[in-house]
Amino acid sequence: MEQILANGVYLGSQYAMIALGLTLIFALMNVLNFAHGQMYVIGGFVTYTFYGQWGVPFVLALAMSCITLAILGALIEKFLFAPVIKGSAREESTMLLAAGIAFLLDALILLFFGEKQRGVPKIVNGVFNYDFRLIMPYDRILICVLAILSIVAFIGLMQYTKTGRALRALAQDRTAAQLMGVNVGRYSMVGFALGAMLAGLVGGLLVTITGVNLGMGGPTSIKAFMMVMIGGAGVISGAIWGGIILGFMEAIGLAVLSQYGDITYLLIFVSLMIFLAIRPQGLMGKPWG
Amino acid sequence: MQRRTLIKAALTAITFTALQSTTALAANTTLKIGFVGVTSGPAAAWGISNQRSMEARAAWINETGGYKIGETTYDVEIVSFDDQKDPKRAIAGMEKMAQQGIHYVVGPNVDDGAAAVRPVAEANGIMYFPYAFPKELYQAPASNAVLGMVANYQSGPAIYKYLMEEKGVKTAAFIAANESDPLSQRDGGVAAAKALGLEVVSSNVTYQVDTTDFTPVLTPVMRTQPDLLVLSGVSPASAPQLIRSARELGFQGVISTETAQDAGVLAEGAGDLANGFISVGGASTPELASPMMNEFVDRYTKMFGEYNDESNTKVYALEYILETLKADPSAITDVNAFQTTMDTFEAPNPYMNGDAKLRYVGMSSFGQRRQVAVPLVVNVYQDGEFKTLFVAEVD
Repeated sequence: MEQILANGVYLGSQYAMIALGLTLIFALMNVLNFAHGQMYVIGGFVTYTFYGQWGVPFVLALAMSCITLAILGALIEKFLFAPVIKGSAREESTMLLAAGIAFLLDALILLFFGEKQRGVPKIVNGVFNYDFRLIMPYDRILICVLAILSIVAFIGLMQYTKTGRALRALAQDRTAAQLMGVNVGRYSMVGFALGAMLAGLVGGLLVTITGVNLGMGGPTSIKAFMMVMIGGAGVISGAIWGGIILGFMEAIGLAVLSQYGDITYLLIFVSLMIFLAIRPQGLMGKPWG
Repeated sequence: MQRRTLIKAALTAITFTALQSTTALAANTTLKIGFVGVTSGPAAAWGISNQRSMEARAAWINETGGYKIGETTYDVEIVSFDDQKDPKRAIAGMEKMAQQGIHYVVGPNVDDGAAAVRPVAEANGIMYFPYAFPKELYQAPASNAVLGMVANYQSGPAIYKYLMEEKGVKTAAFIAANESDPLSQRDGGVAAAKALGLEVVSSNVTYQVDTTDFTPVLTPVMRTQPDLLVLSGVSPASAPQLIRSARELGFQGVISTETAQDAGVLAEGAGDLANGFISVGGASTPELASPMMNEFVDRYTKMFGEYNDESNTKVYALEYILETLKADPSAITDVNAFQTTMDTFEAPNPYMNGDAKLRYVGMSSFGQRRQVAVPLVVNVYQDGEFKTLFVAEVD
């Protein structure tokens, strides 16, 4: 039982971080960013290159992942999403653009980083072992703590800074925010950059545990969408709860149902369908409301 | 006037360039060889190593004047199609090959894709070289598929027997991804292990193919305390994570797989925790590799930046196709002639030292020669590189 709980907390914290960036971008711009998983993968590869290949300290490599993805996110918003949103009232235009960006990023990842699975040296050695009832490598514990601290820092940023207030205003009502003097164009770019940066941060953190490869982008996006659906699209607390719930469902399912084959995700999907039929807006309802 | 002169000069230059390139292209006839396999998504590494092996070899052939078959010298062109590991797309890919008049295709990489393309290949006179293990693809009445590697039911028993005799292994646990290839490999492995007298203590645990964190998946397997943990059909992307999780959960026994792995990927993903990991190697070792194999590795590395150990096996399919066509040039458009030639075909193996031969095998497993003969190399990983445990042959 202890092991299941520990696995649940660990998975939940990393999943919540993955979902946060996606839900932020959706809340601000009503854009379903299908390229979120690819951004996560790029974050992993940047940390891999700096930390694993060039021997730069892990913290600096992680910072490089954040900076790279923030810049990439800002550029994508300014030169791709902003013009499309301005020129097209149809929501599917941004969806198609996001899908196109996902394919483009996949191609670029293959070009620059190759097709192989990549990994980096462990950042902390050793395994915590409590009488074989609870086994958790120290690096997982550290990553879990860092993920939780990052989530807390993000919530603090959104709640207590001018940028955070502007982003929340933008998410609540774009027009009203504009009338109140919020520079919508600028904060849309800042918000997208922040969402992409979160993807880069979690990619950089998790490359130390799971490694990274070209094919991880699509499945990561799917999981992120599941979490957002559980928690409620565009709601920060919803993304966190969605991540935690998915993490625990996965940990419990894998432990309890292991002898029946891989039915954990089958049951998760069935539960999700039933849940959405009853509560289509997810657990936490509407954005920022 | 100046503008006219400029236009004339430009037109003349374009005409000359076009003529030059036409002349260059016309120097050799083009022989198109297809590739239908997975080059995107989580299993991309399997297909990309195929595609790149073919492209590296084709570029080498073309650079050195082409490939002579009968009286004609050909430039080899590789026509690739990413099936995304989707059987429907694999069919579309094989249909594309048929539309282009291609009769020889490497791939697909997985069981369901290889099974799906069979009717298209047989109806359109296409010989294809899958990296998939279902026996019905290679047994009569199937005729057009040729297994491009050593199957798990050929390598698995050899590995288990070695481990029982040399390491005293008595119990085994199997874990596989929840998709057709790994599951069928797991079932084959369990049957082989039981036939050899191993006690199978766990074989039901599976994981999603896109799993990245294996600790929760492996926790129940580790409770069964097996001597041997078999990673059935594991992809190079998942192997290091599984090994790392198993060792971190305290597993002390032997870990093995029947699929080819990459030493660099294991070193990065699992480090010293991968020491002692047993896998089927790419069909080459430093001792076996001929100068031509070493040159292939160099050329591949220059072309794509980094070599993939899987290409030690995947270099062979194109070579088998070309050498068999050379043995009977009429087979270029007639796969029946190709099939007839396969029964007696033998040529020097350019990638191995000594007097090794390229020949078709598979009589024991399939009742007909529908498998390329590549060495069965079983490796053990140690400190960043593979060391050869033993080498065997498949008949």
